[in-house]
Formats: sequence, C-alpha cells, structure tokens
Amino acid sequence: MIRRGRRKLLLPQHSVLKFIKFLALLIITVPTSQSILIAAEIHEPMRPYWSFEGPLGKFERASLQRGYQVYTEVCSGCHSMDLLSYRNLIQPGGPEFSEKQAKAMAAMFEVETGPDQDGEMFMRSAILSDKFVSPWENEQQARAANGGAYPPDLSVIVKARPNGADYIYSLLLGYKDAPEGTELDDGVYYNEYAKGMRIAMPQVLYEDGVEYTDSTAASEEQMAHDVTTFLTWSAEPKLEERKRMGFKVIIYLLILAFLFYFTNKSIWRDTH
Amino acid sequence: MSDSKPVTRRNFLYISTAAFSAAGAAAIGIPLVSQMNPDASVKALASTEVDVSTIVPGQSITVLWRGKPVFIRRRTEVEIAEAKEVKIEDLPDPEIDDNRVKNPEWLVMVGICTHLGCIPLGNKGDYNGWFCPCHGSHYDTSGRIRKGPAPTNLEIPDYVFLDDNTIKIG
Amino acid sequence: MSTDYKPQSAVAKWIDKRLPLITLFNGHLMQYPTPKNLNYWWTFGGILTFCLVTQIITGLVLAMHYIADADLAFSSVEHIMRDVNYGWFLRYIHANGASMFFIAVYIHMARSLFYGSYKEPRELIWIIGVFIFLLMIATAFMGYVLPWGQMSFWGATVITNLFSAIPVFGESITNWLWGGYSVGSPLLTRFFTLHYLLPFLIFGLVILHVWALHVPGNNNPEGIDVVQGSQDTVPFHPHYVVKDVFALLVFMIIFAGFVFFTPNLLGHTDNYIQANPLQTPEHIVPEWYFLPFYAILRAIPDKLGGVIMMVSAIAILAFLPWLDTSKVRSAKYRPLFRQFYWIFLANFLLLGYLGAQPAEGIYVIISRIATIYYFVHFIIILPVLGFVEKTKPLPKSISEPVLNDKERAAKAATAPA
Repeated sequence: MIRRGRRKLLLPQHSVLKFIKFLALLIITVPTSQSILIAAEIHEPMRPYWSFEGPLGKFERASLQRGYQVYTEVCSGCHSMDLLSYRNLIQPGGPEFSEKQAKAMAAMFEVETGPDQDGEMFMRSAILSDKFVSPWENEQQARAANGGAYPPDLSVIVKARPNGADYIYSLLLGYKDAPEGTELDDGVYYNEYAKGMRIAMPQVLYEDGVEYTDSTAASEEQMAHDVTTFLTWSAEPKLEERKRMGFKVIIYLLILAFLFYFTNKSIWRDTH
Repeated sequence: MSDSKPVTRRNFLYISTAAFSAAGAAAIGIPLVSQMNPDASVKALASTEVDVSTIVPGQSITVLWRGKPVFIRRRTEVEIAEAKEVKIEDLPDPEIDDNRVKNPEWLVMVGICTHLGCIPLGNKGDYNGWFCPCHGSHYDTSGRIRKGPAPTNLEIPDYVFLDDNTIKIG
Repeated sequence: MSTDYKPQSAVAKWIDKRLPLITLFNGHLMQYPTPKNLNYWWTFGGILTFCLVTQIITGLVLAMHYIADADLAFSSVEHIMRDVNYGWFLRYIHANGASMFFIAVYIHMARSLFYGSYKEPRELIWIIGVFIFLLMIATAFMGYVLPWGQMSFWGATVITNLFSAIPVFGESITNWLWGGYSVGSPLLTRFFTLHYLLPFLIFGLVILHVWALHVPGNNNPEGIDVVQGSQDTVPFHPHYVVKDVFALLVFMIIFAGFVFFTPNLLGHTDNYIQANPLQTPEHIVPEWYFLPFYAILRAIPDKLGGVIMMVSAIAILAFLPWLDTSKVRSAKYRPLFRQFYWIFLANFLLLGYLGAQPAEGIYVIISRIATIYYFVHFIIILPVLGFVEKTKPLPKSISEPVLNDKERAAKAATAPA
C-alpha cells in the first residue's frame, strides 16, 4: 500500500520542478517587462560622476560652495530649505565656509524676531543659529505666487526622490522644446525626466546665469552639478563622517570575526 | 594536551579575542553616552549678544544665556566705591572687585545663587546687593557672598565688550 | 540543568543562597547541554536576541530626542540626523535594525519549519514564537509611522482602515483608534507610547520562549532526541557561545554595510517627504518584511475577506504543530516534505514580490493563486503528507551519523565479534 502510494506521488516531482522553474522565470521576466513599460513613460536619469559616491566618497568642497551660491541666487527665490541653519555652512563635512564668510552670508537675510519691550515683533539680520530664511510666509502664499503649484522644500529632496542626485541633476538639464503635437497647459513645461514629461517648474539654469565667485565657467551642466552636490549634502550632512566611521567599523568587525572563527575552531577541535 | 605549545598558542588566541571584543564593547559606549551631550543646535546658541545702550546707572537687566539668567548691572559711583572699600579679610570667598569686572561701571554675572541654584533678588539684602530668598544668602554690590550658606561669589561668565554698547556673553 | 554547580566566592555564595541567580545563569547560559550537531541555522536565536537588545537600546536613546507630535515629528527626526551627537548613527541602526530583525526572524522560522522544531514536545516554544512574531509586526508597523513621512502617514491610514471592515462597529473602532476622524497627532502619540511598550513585552515573551526551550532542550538537524548523559551534547559555553558570536559578527558585517553605506536602501523615498493629509503617494508600499502578507490582503476582492485572510495567514502558524501529522521532525528524513518545503518558500517569496507590485492585471491573478497555495500547504499538504510519505530511516543517536566512514568501518568490523 505504502509503496504504491509513494510511486504515485513520485510522478508529480517532475512537475514540481517545472513549477519552481515557472516561478523563477516569472520572477525574472515580470520585472523586466515592467521596467520597459516605465521606460516608455519616464527617461532613465543621467548618471554623471559624483565624488560622494562609493564607500569612501567625499564631497568636493568647492562644488558645495558653488552649489550654495546657485541655491541662493537661483533656487531660493521659490524653494525653502527649512531644515538647514546658516551655522551648517561652516560645519565639517559641508561647504566649510569660514565663520566670517557664513556670518556675512547669514546677514544678507532678515528674520522676524521679538517681541521687544513694547510687545512688537521686529526684523533683524540673520545670525548663524538661524534657520535658512524661507521665501514664503506659508504654503498658501507659495501656491498663490506659483499658479497653484507648491515648490517643495529642498532640505532632503535628494533622499525624497528615487535615483536622488541623478534625478535632480537630470531634471535641471531636462528642459527641451516639446515635440510636435504635445499640448501643454499654461504654467506647465516640457521636461524629459519629469513624470509624464510635464513639470510646473520652468527652466532655471541658463549658461552664465550665475557669476561664480571662484570664476569657474558657469555652464548649465556645471551649475546643475554644483547645486545637486549641495542638495545631496543638505539631505545627508553626515555622509562623510558616516562613510569614514563605516570603514573603521567594518575593518574591526572583520578582524574580530577572524579571531572568533579560529577561537571557535579551536574550541570544537576536541568534539567529534 | 601533552604538547604545551598549542596550549599557549590557544591561550594567546583566546586572550586577544576577549581583549578585542572588550575594546569594541567599550567603543559602543561612546555614541550612547555622547548623544546626551549638548547637540549642535544647542551649542549654536552658546553665546548671546546684548545691547546695553539703554541701561542707565543704577539699573540692571536680566538676559537669558544658555538657559540661565545673567544679571547685567550698570553700577552707580556709590556702588562701585562700596565694592572697592570692603576689606578682603571680611570676605568668605576673597576676591577684589577689579577681578570681577572688565569695566567697573558694568557688572556682568550669572544670576544663580551658588548655594542651591535659586535666583537672588536685586537691590536687597544687608549689603545693598543681592539677596537669595531661598536660604538667605546676602551678596554685595560686586556679587560677592557676604552672609548666609552660599559657599562662593556669584559666577562671572566669559564675556567681551564688542563695542561700547554691545556685550557678547559666552 | 546541572545542579552540581557551586559558587566559589563568599559574595557569590551569599547572594546565591538568597536568590540563586548565579546558579540560574550558570545552568542556562553556561552548562546547558546542547546537541553537538547544531548547524549555523541555529545561530539565529542568538542573533535575534542581539537584534532585540539593539533595537531597545537605540530606541531608548532616540526617544530622548524624538517628539511625538504631528507638527514636530518629521523635523525632530531630522534634528536627530543633523544635530544630535551620533544621532544619524543611532537612527540608521534603529531603522535598518528593524529590517535585520525581520531577516533574522524569517530565517529562524524557516529553520524551524525545515527541521520540524515545532513538533512535540516543542509546540509551546513555537506558539510563543508566533506571538513574538505578531508583536514584532505590530511594533515595526508603529515604529514606521513615527517619522511622520508620507509612507508613515498613508501606511497608518491604510492599516487602521482595515478595522473599518469590521461589521457594525467598524467606524467607531477606527475613530477610537485615531482619537479623531482621521490619522493625526493623537494616533501618532499613542503609536509612540505603544511602540515604546511592545518591545518589553517581546522581551518577556523571549524569556518564556527560552524557558520553554530549555525544558525539552534543543531540537537538532537530525530531528531525533538526544540520549541523556551521552556524547550527544556539549555545554552551551564555550561551544555555542563562541559559535553564535562568530555567526553574529558575520551578521553584523552585513548590518554595518547597510547602516554605513546604503542606509536608505530598504526604506522608501516618499518617507523623506513630510506627511501630507491632502496627497496620497502613487504606490503605497509597506516595508519589505510585510509584503507577503500585504499581497494576501490585496489578493482578496472583498474588504473584510482580505483582512480575515491576512490575519489567518499568521494565525494558522499557531496550529502548525497539529497540522503537520508526521512523527518525523527533520526534513532530512522526509524526502517529499522537503520538496514541498522549498515550493512553500518560493511561493512565500513570490507573494513578497507581488506585494510590491501594483494591484492590477496579472498580478492580482497570480496573487490569488499564491495565496491559495499558501493555505493549501498548511491545510491540505502538511496533514496528508504525514500519512502518505515514506520517510527515511532515522539514526539511532546524534553521534551515529556524525561518525566518519573510517569509524563506521571500524564499528562494522567489531560488530560481529
């Protein structure tokens, strides 16, 4: 009885293997066909070289400093960076401006403070401990000034978008003339890298739109690269510290694992 | 086990493994302890700039610095004279007035009683200076302890005159 | 446990006479007789203990800086990342630690399924384990809500809305959960409170789990009982302490790889956008470790039905010791079960994949098939296998199959004499 039962169940074993193969095929093919679908909708972002990538990547100081200049002169008209303070500009691992430079940069902005003895709020120039001054009083004001679209805060934008820095860089350079037959609403622009190729932000980077203080030639690519580097730092200000520490921790763990491997071997040597 | 050599080698292995583990365990303590230290946003507020242009002699203001009250008093000629006249032997915590001020007209000190941390009241007490209501410590016009349980004079913070009208504390 | 242990120093004796803590620890962490043939799949118990303790410690520290308020939560997390000393380090450990915890627990459960560790006399260990798993799910879910990003908010909205599937009382229950008419500050604050509490309940259950384990002792790859007082066991310390630490270190290297080099890989980019009650993200995807159960939820075209099936998918695990009718524990000696085991695992991974896909077209159909198979495995395959499967002969003792060919030859030579 048992033997017969077993033989019967042996047969499906081949179909069992087939089923596993089917599942494996399914898992492999479905995502690829899906990414083809997506590719028709959105362009894969460009992949420029970033100095901060890789296990020991670091930010390029000069690029961060130029990026801050692009942000203040171009982006900050519409986009806030609420999570940053002027003091961040001098901290290690960032643009590392001198304290004097950062104080002067902060002093270009005014913040409301108070109340004074008479209970009145008043304006004073910003100091290092102040947050980056926002271009808007509130979201409603920002929307009203931008045809209903809200320019997102840029503090962590690189971490808040798939493909992070590559996407931001591509988006800034992705403005093209809309192909024939594309209908665009008022206040909507054609951009190859935007979702649905439409975006409410106009092109902002034009050659020599910024006059770099370090006299680097301000090509569109250069500005996009610099400001994206700056935004990557603002999203992950401890990136350099993190990678440096990670390197040490992994080396330590490898050595300790090595020691434990041999200790373990030695302890089990007499057990059979 | 008859051969003593592998045993020593084993011991060496065990000891280095244990020592290396202990070092790592100790290192873990650094971030866990350090996270409670003042963070970057708190440290950024570690110094305060105060405009003192509106203070007239005999008037004092209290400003908040690092979460603590700081007394800034523009002393009168009488108060300065009183502070300088005191005999150093009469003081529980001997200190001459000149060492407690950068400009005799301005007295800047942390307004926390050195006894148990209450805030003394101004223009009070037996010495025309400050008086702590909690346990009855009397301070003079230089903020020095004269009578009562407080062990030391009121603390002088680090400060500089950025110009005639601005004091930077911390 | 062995009771022949006597503390040596005067202080130890004094304490031990009044509260036998030292004897207890000695019995359970030092001398505890452990089968000598445990493989590396058995090291995940220790790894899980490490995960729990790491999450509790880093969580405790993060709670010192976090603010559970809808307006402040997002920026307080960023404050931890930017300003708090080593804050980024602690938060990335905690966030990735949740994923590592689930990797470890899934391996731990898969090991138990393969070697039949849930069978008599270890049913209760398994059932306590299922409850730990449930609490882990609840804790992880509530923890993911705390940063108050878009995925936090909409994840919380979707999952709490599951309760609205309950007939008649649904709406009152959701309003009660929310402390309002939608997800907001009251929910965030209570989730924070519970997220803080549950790990300690898990810790308590872990003690029961280990206690229940130490009564019959460990199962082992052969799935047979150890012969008492034989060469089958070794003391827990140093043999398994050192082996577990070695495995833990390898695990920690992978963990550190995530924390230091790709800390946001397992998270979702939308969670770096502050919660916005007026805008739903395009795809709501739970954390990867919930995906198989999320796929089951979506496979059912009925709201209440989906919730019931998802809950059943976990609840059915508690009945596993009785659903599996085979007396043989280890899959090593169950050739048919072994194949179905791998299919089950592949099916579970497939469900996980489907959970991340949009709920449309072919995905829905495959999800339904995979969901049905998930339950068929427990309700039909396992009970039937126990009756029809011809198992391989079991070794007499753990020491027997461990003998190498030479020793076996020597034994065979002496046997006739």
